[in-house]
Amino acid sequence: MSGRVLVGVKRVIDYAVKIRVKPDNSSVVTDGVKHSMNPFCEIAVEEAVKLKEKKLIKEVVAVSCGPQQAQETIRTALAMGADRGIHVEVSGKDYETLGPLQVSKIMAALAKKEDALLVILGKQAIDDDCNQTGQMTAALLDWPQGTFASELGLDGDKIKVVREIDGGLETIKISTPAVITADLRLNTPRYATLPNIMKAKKKKIAKVQPAELGVDLTSRLEVLRVDEPPQRLAGVKVETVDDLVGKLKDSGKV
Amino acid sequence: MNRALNKTSLKQLTGLIQRFQSTLVVAEHNNEKLTPITLNAITAASKLGGEVSCLVAGTDCAKVVEQISKVQGVKKVLVAQHDSYKGFLPEEMTPLILATQKQFSYTHICAGASAFGKNLLPRVAAKLDVAPISDIIEIKSPDTFVRTIYAGNALSTVKCNEPIKIFTVRGTSFEPAEVEGGSASTEDVAASAPSGVSEWLEQSLTKSDRPELTSAKVVVSGGRGLKSGDNFKLLYDLADKLNAAVGASRAAVDAGYVPNDMQVGQTGKIVAPELYIAVGISGAIQHLAGMKDSKTIVAINKDPEAPIFQVADYGLVADLFKAVPEMTEALSK
Ligand SMILES: Cc1cc2nc3c(=O)[nH]c(=O)nc-3n(C[C@H](O)[C@H](O)[C@H](O)COP(=O)(O)OP(=O)(O)OC[C@H]3O[C@@H](n4cnc5c(N)ncnc54)[C@H](O)[C@@H]3O)c2cc1C
Repeated sequence: MSGRVLVGVKRVIDYAVKIRVKPDNSSVVTDGVKHSMNPFCEIAVEEAVKLKEKKLIKEVVAVSCGPQQAQETIRTALAMGADRGIHVEVSGKDYETLGPLQVSKIMAALAKKEDALLVILGKQAIDDDCNQTGQMTAALLDWPQGTFASELGLDGDKIKVVREIDGGLETIKISTPAVITADLRLNTPRYATLPNIMKAKKKKIAKVQPAELGVDLTSRLEVLRVDEPPQRLAGVKVETVDDLVGKLKDSGKV
Repeated sequence: MNRALNKTSLKQLTGLIQRFQSTLVVAEHNNEKLTPITLNAITAASKLGGEVSCLVAGTDCAKVVEQISKVQGVKKVLVAQHDSYKGFLPEEMTPLILATQKQFSYTHICAGASAFGKNLLPRVAAKLDVAPISDIIEIKSPDTFVRTIYAGNALSTVKCNEPIKIFTVRGTSFEPAEVEGGSASTEDVAASAPSGVSEWLEQSLTKSDRPELTSAKVVVSGGRGLKSGDNFKLLYDLADKLNAAVGASRAAVDAGYVPNDMQVGQTGKIVAPELYIAVGISGAIQHLAGMKDSKTIVAINKDPEAPIFQVADYGLVADLFKAVPEMTEALSK
């Protein structure tokens, strides 16, 4: 057993929350709103911990970029079985404009510094819906990428990855070191048990500044405004199937 | 031709050209046929106002090049045929796109926001040190784009100040370009040296005679309410009557009723058909993200409180096991 896995974990508004756009159209309301770990990141953590349990790798390091609260997300990863955490401190204006390009530069720098064998990320964050960070991290490292993974097989210095693609599934074989992004079907993340949450409190979280990693956080993307999507007009309830089919026929839909 | 120009006029000419937009669309195909979303991406590219070129890379490009040369709006087709493009691996495609970019200095590079485009373009962007923009639904100007965030619950207008704009295009937000009437020139580009760090092994594609989900006019989707894979037959029968594609919720995919490629939603496929019929689907935020731009939405659900009724134009509160066969029957008349 050798090698280290770096897992990226992002703190986002909980998936069940109905978000609200700020009245000044600058962004969405985040204050006082329930946050949790991005569901795809949970799947990434679970996969890393499973690789460790199978003794295919020796250490799982959870990384999150953001303000102080990012540490809660790292704690969750530690309670799920990650060995230690790295909190890359980004706050204020830098955090507002923090995007996949900046995060991938941080992940790539850490992957080198920590001599990682694998970087596992979620395929997308459910807030920005970008689906970019894994691919960009792989590019910056010049490592192969196994995106939208639904099955992983680590075998020596190669990984077989089954990927979810538009028409079904495809299997690729990539050499390590590599970047993997997790799709929904990769696994079912475990719940952190109370004893494990207690244990996680003793695990170490190192604090790092982006500048120490040589990463410049300048962003050349500017969000001009955020709007509510157009609302649909209220519909009608129909009583019977015949009524439904009749209405669809009348409106030329069938 | 260059020989005829002296140095100053060449400089003036370059300056002139640089002020114009030029866009490279990375074509998606399977060595036989162009994938329809490429046509939507070409329309988006045409909206930028400049010249549109398409890059076709693959192991066997002739048929696709022939198709794409006739697409309206395409000025030039660049062709890179080589065995290393088997499986369209991003590790092999990226160096090719970078070399093409070096040669032609595009202002924009785009592709459809399909699994192919999402896999490839961020890798290209990182290599060029620019921040890409995913899944755009509107182009306001050559540097300003609209995209959805938070599962389609907010629209973000983004100004991109990068020297090269790299983006993927939501297929359902742009009409497909006309497949006849164009007459693009073709030009071979040198294949990049194989990197060999990744290898494509196999594919298992879901076979179906029904229309393709993302471009179908009518979609019938099933959720957990179907209770088993066998029961999906009810939806296939209904779909056959409507010449519809069949979709599913995540719950139906996770339960193994249907394959993953049928999932509609924030993390599955985005569809916007004329008619979307949701059967036994509650209408979670993540599902609505993939279908709420459908022209007409029908919901069949036994729970009158199901959130899907809030977006449905026609809602029927009923047991699907009774209502769906009835509907198939009524449509046979
Ligand atoms: C990160 C993340 C990403 C996700 N991505 C997606 C996505 O892309 N797409 C997606 O769909 N979901 C996605 N989900 C899941 C989503 O949150 C819901 O869990 C899912 O959509 C629920 O599927 P469902 O409506 O089929 O099941 P349920 O919510 O269980 O609804 C089943 C419905 O069937 C009805 N029903 C049951 N029996 C009958 C009957 N006999 N007759 C009529 N009606 C009946 C019930 O009343 C109920 O409304 C995602 C979740 C997360 C966390």
